[in-house]
Amino acid sequence: MSTTTTAEHTAPGAAPAPAPREIVRVSVPKRTLTSELRAIRIVWRRELIRFRADRMRMVTTLVQPLLFLFVLGSGLQRLSSAGTHGVSLKTFIYPGILCIAVMFTAMFSAASIVWDREFGFLREMMVAPVRRSSIVIGKCLGGATVAGIQGVIVICLAGLVHVPYDPVLILGVFGLQLLLAFAITAFGVMVAVRIKQMQSFMGVMQMVVMPMFFTSGALFPASGLPGWLTVLNRLDPLTYAVDPMRRLVFSHLTISPAARRALDPGITWWGWHVPALLEAGVIVALGLVMLAVAIWEFSRTE
Amino acid sequence: MPDLVTSSEPMATTTRDGAAPPATPTAAIAVNGLAKNFGEVKAVRGVEFEVATGEVFGFLGPNGAGKTTTINMLCTLVKPSAGSATVAGHDVVRERDDVRRNIGLVFQDPTLDGYLTAEQNLRLHAELYGVQSSLVPARMEQVLTMVGLWDRKDHTVATFSGGMRRRLEIARGLMHSPRVLFLDEPTIGLDPQTRRSIWTYIRELKEREEITIFMTTHYMDEAEWCDRIAIMDHGQIVALDAPATLKAQVGGDRVAIHTDDDQAAIAALDERFGVEAGVAEGAVTFSIPSGEEFVPRLFAELGMPIRAVSVSRPTLDDVFMSYTGTTIRDAEEDQAKHRNRVMMQMMTGGRR
Repeated sequence: MSTTTTAEHTAPGAAPAPAPREIVRVSVPKRTLTSELRAIRIVWRRELIRFRADRMRMVTTLVQPLLFLFVLGSGLQRLSSAGTHGVSLKTFIYPGILCIAVMFTAMFSAASIVWDREFGFLREMMVAPVRRSSIVIGKCLGGATVAGIQGVIVICLAGLVHVPYDPVLILGVFGLQLLLAFAITAFGVMVAVRIKQMQSFMGVMQMVVMPMFFTSGALFPASGLPGWLTVLNRLDPLTYAVDPMRRLVFSHLTISPAARRALDPGITWWGWHVPALLEAGVIVALGLVMLAVAIWEFSRTE
Repeated sequence: MPDLVTSSEPMATTTRDGAAPPATPTAAIAVNGLAKNFGEVKAVRGVEFEVATGEVFGFLGPNGAGKTTTINMLCTLVKPSAGSATVAGHDVVRERDDVRRNIGLVFQDPTLDGYLTAEQNLRLHAELYGVQSSLVPARMEQVLTMVGLWDRKDHTVATFSGGMRRRLEIARGLMHSPRVLFLDEPTIGLDPQTRRSIWTYIRELKEREEITIFMTTHYMDEAEWCDRIAIMDHGQIVALDAPATLKAQVGGDRVAIHTDDDQAAIAALDERFGVEAGVAEGAVTFSIPSGEEFVPRLFAELGMPIRAVSVSRPTLDDVFMSYTGTTIRDAEEDQAKHRNRVMMQMMTGGRR
């Protein structure tokens, strides 16, 4: 896309020197796949531009995950050292933090729909001759990208928690983060479409995000839990992002088999060990379902 | 891109990209028995009118009269409860997309992204509407220059004043060369100077682009800028014509004279001209068709000295008064206000 052209570029075959008062007429073509892709791209780009303009957000959404990682991780180290078989608690929590850092940012991105509605900008997009699905998809991709950028920052911290910088590991973690970010943004958009005020959205998010975070196994191994917590843990979608993330990270650590058994037990369904790929599949499937619901809801609103 | 037209001459009235011809060849907007109910509230009760291509058409009425609901139906934002309408030759219900491709919208409430610069806002609009990328920079320069914001294109909108934002919204509404531009209260909440400049842009726009402008306002003085106006009250059109014609229908001009002996003057007026006069605000006042032409006769034939004379034309306020029996301000202050509030609740609750 050229951004630095002037009037001379507009009429290749027309008069050599266009008069200053000449009227440049454009036209709006019929809806095609190309125009929908352009719409998706510009909605996506807008999310990035806004993210770049709002550097505070980059910092604020990272504060909480880093608190958990470093303060909780260091603070509880001594209490838990007996159970971690010599593995640092920070190392254990790290995969969970890789997930929630992305999750918090993705939620924030989805909130921009509520924001846009409050400030009227949503209307500008709603009246455009494009499919509503293009707007939703653009939003979700934008949210996923922004969250992915946040994720990279957390990936960079791996060395501080004794996790090696292995290219395969980094790529795998980043891929998982993108999947999760997309699913969470879709979930956020699905919720945001129905909500008209920022305060209510933030309230709903607090109500959803924190329980999801706490029951997901980001802070504890998901085996040998009390029955009620096991049920909640298996129902929590975030579990299926945290667990493959932990398996991935732990597969690149050199630790004792005992530690691996205790800290990376994996998720079971009625005794059956769920493969990591299926877990990632759960996230993808949930993301797509929520995206579909979000599109459906968004298309119905006027 | 086969159908891009870059021309300094006004373009002939052609249908762009081979779309179906409008109901009436010249009508940019044709409305038939259009009505909208929000539950029990009848916001619009069957309006009919046509707007010719190239016209500046104004919708005048107090808040809550149904202007915005009508404009929203024409913009495909609200589905009519009854009746039909075509805009730029396309049905607002069945060909929603075609209507949207051909109209520009400037809403009552701001719809800009304050985080983006003026240029980014316009570019986003152009991308959403699928405007040919090669033409975007030139078109952008044109519309921004027209509203006097070209030198501010790289500033974020958050730093703009209310008037600048409104101007930018108008520029954005024009970005995709719409055939019909809808302006819902484009000057509401702006200071008189800015209002005037916005009207200058609108008139200039009409001169330069082949465009039809449909707007609502509740400022009487602004309606004077329109080619034709429709006065709306309680969801119905009570009068529709050129401002001058409407004012002419109200009756004659108001003439006020100051004399040394008011009673003698009143008697003389009755006797020589058959005019019934009264004293209002300390002056002998009467109503007469074409008052300016009457003044020379008055001086010549009244037979007594006149110290001062003033002639005033009927205003649209008088027009509004004669059709609705109330002034627009009074109409806004009482029941309409209440109704508007109820309607807003229903609209925000039920629509989005």
